[in-house]
Amino acid sequence: MKMPSRPTFLRGLGAALLATAIALPAAAQQQPAAPASSTIDAIRARGTLVCGVNTGLAGFAQPDSQGVWRGFDVDYCRAVAAALLGDANKVRYVPATAQARFTALQSGEVDILARNTTWTLSRDTSLGFDFAAITFFDGQGFMVKRSLGVNNAAQLDGATICVQPGTTTEQNLTDWARANRIRFTPVVIERLEDNINAYLAGRCDAYTTDVSGLAATRAVQANPNDHVILPEVISKEPLGPLVRHGDQRFADLVRWVHFGLVGAEELGITTANVQEMAASDARPEVQRMLGRNGDLGRMLGVDNAWMVNVIRSVGNYGEVFARNLTPIGIQRGPNALWTTPGGLQYAPPFR
Amino acid sequence: MSDATADPRFRRKPPKRPLRLSWADERIRGIFWQIIVVGIVGTIVWWLWSNTAHNLEVRRIATGFGFLHREAGLPIAESLISYEPTDTYLRALTVGVLNTLKVAVIGIVLATIIGTAIGIARLSRNFLVAKIAGFYVEVIRDLPLLLQLLFWYTIMQSLPGPRQAMQPVDGVFLSNRGFKVPALVWENAHTAAALAFVAGIVLTWLYARAARAKRMIDGQPRKVWPAAVALVLGLPILTWQVMGAPWEIDWPALRGFNFRGGLTVSPEFFALLVGLVTYTAAFIAEVVRAGILSVSLGQWEAAQALGLRSGSVLRLIVMPQALRVIIPPMTSNYLNLTKNSSLAVAIGYQDIVSIANTTLNQTGQAIEGIAIIMLVYLTISLSISLFMNWYNARIALVER
Amino acid sequence: MSDITVNTPIGSEPRSAPITAVGPIAWLRANLFSGWLSTAVTLVIGYVLVRAVMGFVDWAFVNAIWSVPVTNGVAQTQACRELHGSGACWAVVTEKHRFMLFGTYPYEQHWRPALVCILFVALYIVSSLRRFWNWRLIPIWTVTLTAIGVLMWGGIFGLPYVPQERWGGLPITLILATFGLAFAFPLSVLVALGRRSSLPAIKVLCVLYVELIRGVPLISLLFMASVMFPLFLPEGMNIDKLLRAQIAIILFAGAYLAEVVRAGLQALPKGQYEAADAMGLSYWQKTGFIILPQALRLVIPPLVNTFIGFFKDTSLVLIIGIFDLLTAGKTAIVEPSWQGFGVEVYVFVGLIYLVFCFAMSKYSQGLEAELNRHRRR
Repeated sequence: MKMPSRPTFLRGLGAALLATAIALPAAAQQQPAAPASSTIDAIRARGTLVCGVNTGLAGFAQPDSQGVWRGFDVDYCRAVAAALLGDANKVRYVPATAQARFTALQSGEVDILARNTTWTLSRDTSLGFDFAAITFFDGQGFMVKRSLGVNNAAQLDGATICVQPGTTTEQNLTDWARANRIRFTPVVIERLEDNINAYLAGRCDAYTTDVSGLAATRAVQANPNDHVILPEVISKEPLGPLVRHGDQRFADLVRWVHFGLVGAEELGITTANVQEMAASDARPEVQRMLGRNGDLGRMLGVDNAWMVNVIRSVGNYGEVFARNLTPIGIQRGPNALWTTPGGLQYAPPFR
Repeated sequence: MSDATADPRFRRKPPKRPLRLSWADERIRGIFWQIIVVGIVGTIVWWLWSNTAHNLEVRRIATGFGFLHREAGLPIAESLISYEPTDTYLRALTVGVLNTLKVAVIGIVLATIIGTAIGIARLSRNFLVAKIAGFYVEVIRDLPLLLQLLFWYTIMQSLPGPRQAMQPVDGVFLSNRGFKVPALVWENAHTAAALAFVAGIVLTWLYARAARAKRMIDGQPRKVWPAAVALVLGLPILTWQVMGAPWEIDWPALRGFNFRGGLTVSPEFFALLVGLVTYTAAFIAEVVRAGILSVSLGQWEAAQALGLRSGSVLRLIVMPQALRVIIPPMTSNYLNLTKNSSLAVAIGYQDIVSIANTTLNQTGQAIEGIAIIMLVYLTISLSISLFMNWYNARIALVER
Repeated sequence: MSDITVNTPIGSEPRSAPITAVGPIAWLRANLFSGWLSTAVTLVIGYVLVRAVMGFVDWAFVNAIWSVPVTNGVAQTQACRELHGSGACWAVVTEKHRFMLFGTYPYEQHWRPALVCILFVALYIVSSLRRFWNWRLIPIWTVTLTAIGVLMWGGIFGLPYVPQERWGGLPITLILATFGLAFAFPLSVLVALGRRSSLPAIKVLCVLYVELIRGVPLISLLFMASVMFPLFLPEGMNIDKLLRAQIAIILFAGAYLAEVVRAGLQALPKGQYEAADAMGLSYWQKTGFIILPQALRLVIPPLVNTFIGFFKDTSLVLIIGIFDLLTAGKTAIVEPSWQGFGVEVYVFVGLIYLVFCFAMSKYSQGLEAELNRHRRR
């Protein structure tokens, strides 16, 4: 029997399937394997740090009009990249929603999550993470419209309160209401900007989130004075970058980058004078931190000039804070150095 | 693979050849292909499963449904059953399911009524009515539902605040906190009246059935409606009177920040309901129109020739036939409405998706959270399908 | 619905048809004023309609503000706010339309996504022409989609590389919908064939796939793609967010399209199957030569309708934070000076969706009428 010529349709179908088979793996960004044990090696091999950040929160992580990411959390990503790769620009930012952030880190989609995430016991344990450090001491507060005439949180009984779901904010709010016997109606909207819109439109009497977030929102309003942040802070919100559990080397590195930033402020090392100090400062701790002595960088598995790279690209803790958070009206408060009264930022010795 | 050969002799008597282990045997080929396909699918599933298990273990992510019995701590704005943030996740999720069902049931009823009206209006002989209905259907069907929901929610938010609330009728307030209407203070008498109402409906139905049976025998039409009015309206009112006729109304009033008292329809629920109903009604209108058009013109003419009035033609002749065409696509529209109600998460109505989403966010157990969402919707979808199939079968039986 | 019987008095002597029975007046009487009920309805609706149209014209055109001054990169929207909703503030569209259409794509490279949109439209038009309904569509789609990928990513031919994180707006919507169709369609054909297969294992698999996907909302699949998918893959292997959403949409569309294709397979007369068997064709020969060419032609109108459906459904990616047209529109009004102009933005975004969906739905209606012509008596 004579074989019929192959049907054109089937040939086409075959071509389409073939195209699929080729296109899919090509499109999947097959990154070099990053088992939990060697994040540092994986980042080195890839040449970029993948950093999970907020989808857009003034002061912490927000793309500017040129599409360049800027903010406090972003500077921490840059600092880690500078310490590890010697170049603060070798960072790929992955904006993560509150919902997707944890799986993004768990699955290795990002190396580090610097996204206003509160350190809690359960996140440290059952989610499989390690919080590297507390980079920002925050607390939850309320913002209301001045025209409402409310001066403190106790007067919020019966109010409607806007809150973002799936965060510690929501649970703190219910805890606080229960403890203070305050009844409230929640309005629970997923997206941050929808939440803020609902508050501004008057759907809620009060808006609750971390005080830093309130300040950031208030600062960008046309008339910041129309809004009041109530004096009560109802929770502790220690925020910091987190990494996957089980990779102590990388966690150590991130932790000591933070301590380096704080220590640098303590020692007076700034972007402007870091080169000069690295060359000539006589204080032994400065010499150790900036890599002229003591091999501290090598102990962390990075170049000995790691802190020079970090300070050169982002500055010390005070500079990072002043560049990102001071403009939106956030005071140093508990985030001042421990040497000032009320300050909590403290770095263990570099030796 | 292919059907049995077309030769009628083989049709009558299926061949009973022994299985030969040869490529030429169609059944062997069939088994071979099945093994290949099942093998490939099985391998993929096994690969994904083992990856997931490995990932969960390596990353020390908690698994299992133990979290269902932990305290939820999440606030819920509206709930059909009593709920406190101190309750468990299980109860919070139950509240979510009930909220989904609430919006789905009300939405299905309203969308059916409005959709049917618009579908009939599209066939109206009044040019203006037909064109407006057509315009509505075209525009609504061509816009994404999510966009419409966001639009309605924006409209709801731009209403005045509670202190400047609009008051169309005394005691009814309209503000960006939703609708406030006076509510009856519920007492035993009302429960009794409600039960009497249900009993009235059942009795009316029984009466109508008996009347129809009698009519089949003697051909005399009997009026059902006086009995219906007496049973459905009279019985509850009588019960209520006997129980002392309590008549206390809870009027909403502005106290502090918000209205207290009365019934609230929240802006989130209202925006979701309006969006779902207007969207689905446009699709239902098309279904109804196609159903009516499917009944041939001869049926209309024959009915008119019998002297039936146009309302009766529609009710007795056209609709029973059209329904057979209408029911299957109507089922899928009901299913779509229910599934579309999951968009509530975008405008802050706390349905099952919203609450499961929050749960998975707080517990970090994504797989369990999404499994719950899928399970709930599969159950609802299956129930609606089964019910509509049953109804469809009932209607089909009418055919003689 | 109303009675249209018009009782014209019958005169004694013959005369020409009265002015009331022919011409525009007759049309009015027949279509707008047939009977008192119809007249009342016409008057009421006419009044409401005129009021609504006038109100809309006032809002959208007469009182609208089309542009506002921008100082130091901050738009001065006081003029708009003073309208208090009595007029539209189209300035938000004037100011932000490039952002809404192309998202955070580098500003000076906007011609690339614009060209991509034009390519997509051209692709739709070519696919809608019956002259191209054959194998030639496959190379056309392959080449166009490749060109679109090259334009969006760049990195070759002197185009600067643009990472996927910066894509946004209309191209994302078109990409999700079109690539969704391109990959879901072959999948759906296989699943539809599998569902009608006589092999029980294959049939069960296909039925399970179709019914499971159709039983759950798209949102749950998108959530799955966004939060669960990363856990499915081996360590170190990652697929980016857009592609994950794309896979979810393909799986979703595949199940719905499979049902459409199956309807086409069922609608085909049994004689076609039997004739093919009688010729001694193998299963794939029968399917490829005889069944599919006829069945697919039959289902093109419902196929277009399904495509309209998931063209709209791509907007759901808003919920998992992907930057499509609707997300871009919402993000445009996050900036404080533009807060509160949601309605204008939704009208603008809605118009874009409307243009695409309306064109497709008109096309499918026309096609349906054309394909059914031979059946009409």
